Amino acid sequence: MAHGDTVPMPEAQPRRAGGLATLLRTQMRNIAPFLTLIFLTAFFAIASPSFATLDNVGNILTQVSVTGIIAVGLTFVILCAEIDLSIAAIANVTGIAVAFFTLQDSYVNIANLPLPGFAAIMLALALCALLGAVNAFGLTVIGIPSFIMTLAMMQIAAGISAMLVRGQIAYKVPPLITTLGSGSIAGVPWIVIVAALMLLLGHLVLTYTRFGRYVYMVGGNREAAEYSGLNVKLILGSVMVISAVCSGIGGMLGVAHFGSAQQNEFDTYLLDSIAAVVVGGTSLFGGRGGIGNTIVGLFVLGVLNNGLDHVNIDSFLKILIRGLILLAALVINVYAQRLRAKAAD
Amino acid sequence: MSDSRPPLLELQDITKSFGGVTALRGVDFTLRPGEIHGLVGENGAGKSTLMKIIAGVHTGFSGRFLLDGREVHFNSARDARAAGIAMVHQELSVAPDLTVAENVFLGNQPTNALGIVQWRRMAREAAEQLKKLGIDADPMSRLGDLPIGVQQLIEIARVLFSGARIIILDEPTSALSPPEVERLFAALRKLREQGTGIIFISHFIEDILLISDEVTVFRNGRKIMETRAADTSKAALIEAMIGKGRDALEGSYTHDITLPAPPAGKPVVLEAAGLSLARSLKRVSFSVQAGEVLGIYGFMGCGQLELARILFGKLAPDAGELRLAGERNRFKSTADARRAGIAFVPESRRDMLFLQEPVYKNVSISILDRINAVLLKPSRERALAKRQVEQLQIRPADVEIDLGLLSGGNQQKVALAKWLSHPPRLLVLCEPTRGMDVGAKSDVIGIVRQLRDQGIAVVVLSTEPETVLSLADRVIVLKRGQVVREFAGETISKDRLLEAA
Repeated sequence: MAHGDTVPMPEAQPRRAGGLATLLRTQMRNIAPFLTLIFLTAFFAIASPSFATLDNVGNILTQVSVTGIIAVGLTFVILCAEIDLSIAAIANVTGIAVAFFTLQDSYVNIANLPLPGFAAIMLALALCALLGAVNAFGLTVIGIPSFIMTLAMMQIAAGISAMLVRGQIAYKVPPLITTLGSGSIAGVPWIVIVAALMLLLGHLVLTYTRFGRYVYMVGGNREAAEYSGLNVKLILGSVMVISAVCSGIGGMLGVAHFGSAQQNEFDTYLLDSIAAVVVGGTSLFGGRGGIGNTIVGLFVLGVLNNGLDHVNIDSFLKILIRGLILLAALVINVYAQRLRAKAAD
Repeated sequence: MSDSRPPLLELQDITKSFGGVTALRGVDFTLRPGEIHGLVGENGAGKSTLMKIIAGVHTGFSGRFLLDGREVHFNSARDARAAGIAMVHQELSVAPDLTVAENVFLGNQPTNALGIVQWRRMAREAAEQLKKLGIDADPMSRLGDLPIGVQQLIEIARVLFSGARIIILDEPTSALSPPEVERLFAALRKLREQGTGIIFISHFIEDILLISDEVTVFRNGRKIMETRAADTSKAALIEAMIGKGRDALEGSYTHDITLPAPPAGKPVVLEAAGLSLARSLKRVSFSVQAGEVLGIYGFMGCGQLELARILFGKLAPDAGELRLAGERNRFKSTADARRAGIAFVPESRRDMLFLQEPVYKNVSISILDRINAVLLKPSRERALAKRQVEQLQIRPADVEIDLGLLSGGNQQKVALAKWLSHPPRLLVLCEPTRGMDVGAKSDVIGIVRQLRDQGIAVVVLSTEPETVLSLADRVIVLKRGQVVREFAGETISKDRLLEAA
């Protein structure tokens, strides 16, 4: 019907799938998390007088910062329809490494290797990038599914952490890290600023660069990306390294923020980071979502965690509630994918 | 066939639109028991939409849907299956990692009283059923290891023998060899005798005329004509489809075609020397010159697919080498091949398109690095895409619309368009016109000729003799992974091509 000398069709100028219903369908993954956030905020604001205060907003921002930094890299990975389970372990080992290369007080019983602060930071960054590169190698060259590859890396990173601290606790990190992790400027904690900048950078890369477009396309249809002449392995490898480096930065600042470096310090951040990305609406099947979604997801988790502390609730029940909220988000995530596929049908 | 019985299926005044696009307007359709009903129409005419309504895939539409004279409402494809309606989609939907028997009985495995699968019985019955279609495959072998044509027959077998009362076949013959088509038709006739209603969609008008009792023609979402197959002709159907006579285009290539004398002195763009790959290819050598279309013809499973993927760096040959403009190349990835100036369109468009992304992103994906090394320039992308959409007459002419909303033929044009903003040195096309209607086919042929005249070397791989004959300046025939014949500067016909393979 598209042939040159056939009569032009009257219906050949459709609008781009108009209508509110279609908009809702295609934008479900962006709208639902946002509504959740508004609902939770409103709920806690009414339930607790101490929740909606400027101080508490600052608290929430600080509380989600480390998760936010880690989640930047994880967003890239999930957009490619892969997963990284080693993020928390890599954060942990990088935080420990930066402390390992810093002069500790004499009572700390770790056979460490003091170096100038700059060198310590560089070595720690090199370590997390290297671990990310091992993930990338396993995934793209050997062909191990990322789920399994990063599960192994989780153990490897935890193992390196254990070897470095041998059950002890280190406290000192380079001054730059101490400042960024626990200092503040004009009342704003540096860690919030770093998290905001990294989220912004991630957003800019995903939205305005060629690499970002490739990430979406590889996630959207990997086969098509390959047949379009994209270097899919290079892109997948890159996101694994990006994820590890973001985790490493989160880990270093986290150690400064907590004031100590020790084994298993970041364990809860694995689930929190994955939850932030997925609750925000980035598709587990790849190709849809982005940093904007991750930010909303971070706030949903942040408001939930913080809000539950403000209302009088059994602290054991909190764990269950978080699990249920995560489940609801997963349901919406999968459902949104289906609605979108239908709308495009 | 007996008109006294109530129709199996009756659709009245069906209208369906997607967003702003009306796909069907007030269509009536009737299927009687023991009837094979042929459906023809160009891509986007509304055939597939109507079939998806019948199969319960599309649920929101206006009009009445009667089954055995009673009105029904399907909420899903599952409801339709439960009502005895089964559909074989154009694209293969088999489970390649399961066995042949499991695929035949997918979702319907014979079990004993304890619910345990009866493997022996399943294998035996699968083998029996497949034999009816002339397939002699080991029921316990992995389906993915079989040639695509056989896989397609097995998928059809699953539906044919599922006990469905209404069977919809969407382009079932496009991947089948002539003897396989024969066997399929024999099986369909047997089902017709048992009272099954069959809807048969195809672009092969000869097949439609051969197998159907009744033929319906669609154009622009409307039913244009319904007639008994015995009372019509190929020319009449084509005229109804297109809106006017087009015999010249639909020339069936039974006549001889004289290939042009090989051009002398043009640079050789690609030279393949002794390419071998496992069991698929044995010492395949050929060359392509600038401004030449080389056709590579062979039956399903002759090694074409593998050869095409070697040319684009997706597969690495075990032995042999590729020389591009005299320079030896070993592509490590498809990205290497693209950068060396090779463009590739695989046989399945789903494998190279991003259906959930707008048209312009699909068109620009392969040339982003030529627009800017780091940053995206969406306005440039849109401008480039608009130009391609206009040149290739892609409809609707909207680069913002999601690609999935376009009809199949238009999607295929987008698959070509993505390589044309920066013309390649070598264009590798697999089955470039498969499943296309006459108009879209001639568009594609025109585009390929134009590219050739610009000096691009083109390799066309196809299992359809017509495709090769309509496009190629020179033809090589591939048989069981080996080059068995080359036609150059001589007279060639469909018969001679088939004979060589």
